[in-house]
Amino acid sequence: MSLFFIVALPFFGALLPGLMNPAGRSACAGVTFTVTLAAFVGLLTNLPAILGGDIVTARVDWMPALGLNFTLMLDSLGFFFALLILGIGLLIIAYARQYLSHKDNMGEFFTYLLLFQGAMVGIVLSDNILLLLIFWELTSLSSFLLIGYWKHLPEGRQGARMALTVTGMGGLAMIGGMLILGQIVGSYDLSVILQNRELIQADPLYVPALILILLGCFTKSAQFPFHFWLPHAMAAPTPVSAYLHSATMVKAGIFLMARMWPVLSGTTEWFLIVTTAGLITMVLGAVIALFKHDLKALLAFSTVSHLGLITMLLGTGTAFGAMAAVFHILNHATFKAALFMSAGIIDHEAHTRDIRRLGGLRTLMPVTFVIVMLAALSMAGIPLLNGFLSKEMMLEEANHTVLFNSPWLVPVLATVGSLFSAAYCFRLIGHVFFGPVRDDYPAKPHDPPAGMWLPPALLIIPVIVIGVAPFVAEPFVKLVTASVLGNAAEMPSAHLKIWHGLVPALYMSIIAVLGGLAMLVIFKPALRVWDAVPRPEAKTIFDAVVAAIVRLSQALILPLHNGAFTRYAAVGTVAIVVAGYYAWTTGTVGAPMHEMQKADPVLISGWGMLVAATIGMVFLHRNRFLSLILIGIVGLMVSIGFVFLSAPDLAMTQFTVEVVTIILLLLALNFLPNHTPIESTVLRRMRDVAVAVAGGLASFALAYYYMLRDPVSTPISEFHLANSYKGGGGTNVVNVILVDFRGFDTFGEIIVLSIAALLIYALTEALLSGPVRMRLLNRKPDQPQAGGVHPMMMVVLTRGMMPVVMMVGFYIFLSGHNEPGGGFIAGLIVSIGVVMQYMASGFSWTSARLRYPYHGVIGAGVLVAGFTGIGSWFVDKPFLTSDFTYVRIPPFQEFELATAALFDVGVFLSVVGAVMLSLESFSRLARRKDAVESEHPMDIDPSRDDRPRQTVTEGA
Amino acid sequence: MEFLIASAIGVMTAAGIYLVLRLRTFPVILGISLLTYAVNVFLFTSGRVVAGAPPVLRDDINTYTDPLPQALVLTAIVISFGMTAVVVMIGLGAFLGSDDDHVDDQPEGKV
Repeated sequence: MSLFFIVALPFFGALLPGLMNPAGRSACAGVTFTVTLAAFVGLLTNLPAILGGDIVTARVDWMPALGLNFTLMLDSLGFFFALLILGIGLLIIAYARQYLSHKDNMGEFFTYLLLFQGAMVGIVLSDNILLLLIFWELTSLSSFLLIGYWKHLPEGRQGARMALTVTGMGGLAMIGGMLILGQIVGSYDLSVILQNRELIQADPLYVPALILILLGCFTKSAQFPFHFWLPHAMAAPTPVSAYLHSATMVKAGIFLMARMWPVLSGTTEWFLIVTTAGLITMVLGAVIALFKHDLKALLAFSTVSHLGLITMLLGTGTAFGAMAAVFHILNHATFKAALFMSAGIIDHEAHTRDIRRLGGLRTLMPVTFVIVMLAALSMAGIPLLNGFLSKEMMLEEANHTVLFNSPWLVPVLATVGSLFSAAYCFRLIGHVFFGPVRDDYPAKPHDPPAGMWLPPALLIIPVIVIGVAPFVAEPFVKLVTASVLGNAAEMPSAHLKIWHGLVPALYMSIIAVLGGLAMLVIFKPALRVWDAVPRPEAKTIFDAVVAAIVRLSQALILPLHNGAFTRYAAVGTVAIVVAGYYAWTTGTVGAPMHEMQKADPVLISGWGMLVAATIGMVFLHRNRFLSLILIGIVGLMVSIGFVFLSAPDLAMTQFTVEVVTIILLLLALNFLPNHTPIESTVLRRMRDVAVAVAGGLASFALAYYYMLRDPVSTPISEFHLANSYKGGGGTNVVNVILVDFRGFDTFGEIIVLSIAALLIYALTEALLSGPVRMRLLNRKPDQPQAGGVHPMMMVVLTRGMMPVVMMVGFYIFLSGHNEPGGGFIAGLIVSIGVVMQYMASGFSWTSARLRYPYHGVIGAGVLVAGFTGIGSWFVDKPFLTSDFTYVRIPPFQEFELATAALFDVGVFLSVVGAVMLSLESFSRLARRKDAVESEHPMDIDPSRDDRPRQTVTEGA
Repeated sequence: MEFLIASAIGVMTAAGIYLVLRLRTFPVILGISLLTYAVNVFLFTSGRVVAGAPPVLRDDINTYTDPLPQALVLTAIVISFGMTAVVVMIGLGAFLGSDDDHVDDQPEGKV
């Protein structure tokens, strides 16, 4: 099966459990199992190629310019991890089906599980490190969901947050490291990077890259000092712990260290950092694990310890160490997953995981006892079980490792670690299963149904088989080791076997096992000593650090971001002016290139009215109605300015927009106070005047200076003028630019306008469905109301004008391509015509005659424009390529048919819909309880018999 | 002529900034509208100003003003209507919901 399918299957499969939820819990688990099985079988179809030593690849260039390609690669290392992820995944799914109770939402659980599984498979199959980073972050996110699956448990939520924070920060560091690595090599493809060992290790940025990447690996694989998150993540349901913390998530860091081994390892820095961290983690984890009473906490710290062991082996940088690491990854995944699942079984049946409350389960749960005993003895390093073999190899490797110039340090610490490791394994067996049968278990323990013990039991098979006959695993381990080593080291000649002779490692092993037994004997006094010694509590430190960071950001942000928007505006204006002034004084301003043009008297009078109205607004802005009239004058003068300055299209647009804006503001003023009170002090107003004058002078200077100078480089406008008719078939260049040259811009803009209108509609709906609704309904008008709301004169006039307005709109639309006009302007004109009907005859009368809702008009507009654009695909042209032709239907003149006109129809519809929906939303707010809505078009109608009804109560 | 246009831009900008710095929503919205005019005219003038040469092609005419800024400003005008409407709606909603049309966050208990 293609590698794409193997990665994609879990992600697409993640949609299924949620859908299967109503079909029952077994269906849910079944579909998840099937999806995983499909991916598993797909993986196995690649086995022959892997065994043949080939590397399977699949490649799609995604963003080649960024070096980000969707490249997958399957070599024996990736295959090994994918096998663990999917294989153990299958067992976990079967186990979780039994483990989760009726209260747990199974669809949700399996969705998260499949997302996680897909992300993990993605990591181990990625050939592009940027892609790998994406999957890496996805595992952090999906494991957050899994760890916090029991949302009602505070420990679950805190543990999930802590895991996300720690692994997320590590992921960020790793992004930095990977980018440096990519820069050094000049490629983000792993297969290329792995060939460049000398280049990378000689680079001055090697050490920063190494440290950043190791931060990512150490946080993910819970290496000291980041080991603290893993035990807290144990608040998750046991299937999650078993999956994430035995075979998958925590192994991701190990995987990456193994993956990068050929290029990063072998240097002093690598050796010192990785070996030291691994060694500390191994010993520390083992010691803490011995004194944990919670079964899962014990296993969590033992996982930390074993991850440290593997890390240390990778750190030594020898081929033998790498082989031992690969072998131990395999062995650890088998016995640890079995142990986690067994811990879940005990918790499930005895209703407690506290070792102090257990004991004597040997006879009550014989099946579980056998499973746990074999797995734990393997973990302790007892011969004929697989844990013994890799532990021997570890001790052998430790024996040859010289750290800090001391040949004793590593062997001694490794023996101590193994000793405590053996001790907690013996404690796990002894304190849970041996001893007298008690009568105070929270629930009567018994063996679970086969569905629950079968998955861990299956894992015991490799534990024994490899333990008894290690040569079975040897070819596979060597195959995987070969791809870890790459071409950086020779394959070690050593073989996997039980008996190596009387080597030091054997003596170390014997010391560890005997010492472990001795520790169990003196456990009680040792526990008293342990409890008496003060220790730093990682969670307290973590919480304190997080709280300190929160306080720091608040101290930085809150004074700056205090909710005073006017202050932001003032600071922003001053900053822009200062930056502009700096640019002005440091740059060069050339001499004026042309004379100032003579001003027309019309222009001077228009300018006078504009300035007077603007200044008037400043002084009279407290009277809101008056300032509305003044802003209308300003807008009108701007439109006239556009007419004068050769921009007829702009003038028409500005003029029509002005009308609808004023109507909109009038509608708003209906609800707002009519007067702005004086609140700011004189001093503050002086300050504002100063800021405003500075800003005004700056924009004046900028506009004045550049209008007298030509552009630095030739503008592209000549192209538009030259091609408007030839290429676009229209003589109105502005319109041709809008619907043809820059049609994609226009398409985006009508969408923005439509979204704005829908937003207004949504806000109105939100207001009308909240407590504001009653207030609006009971509102008393604050102004005296005119007697008739729908005067006959106005109704008659607007009705008469309607067809004329429509005709003008139609004309402007059609002529738009060659004369000033077009879809935007026509849309605005038609909207004004319709708004006039609303104003004259009222909301309900007009709405009742509305055939299409405005949302539909907006949608139709965007769709028409979009489909016009898509149409060009059918003739193999890019989106929105236009075409035109001239036709002649007698007796009319020859006229033009252009696809751009169809696009303009879309623009027209969107504009009409958006403007009308906005205004309609505002007027819907204006409905009141005491105002009877008339269904008649006008108050007085001679053709009607009934007396005119007073539709609105008189205001004060 | 250039001086008149530039000074109109300057006056509208100054008045716009002053109104934006007011404390209630309505003058701020008017201020934003004034700034919109100023910005639109400013962008328009980046094609330099010519009287009596609209960019509508005619057989016997060879000088046209720059059409590109006009096309850009045209959509800017329409979009600014949409944005003004949204801002007005937000201001209105805030006022109807809290009976307060201050622009700045008010200290606790003052409203």
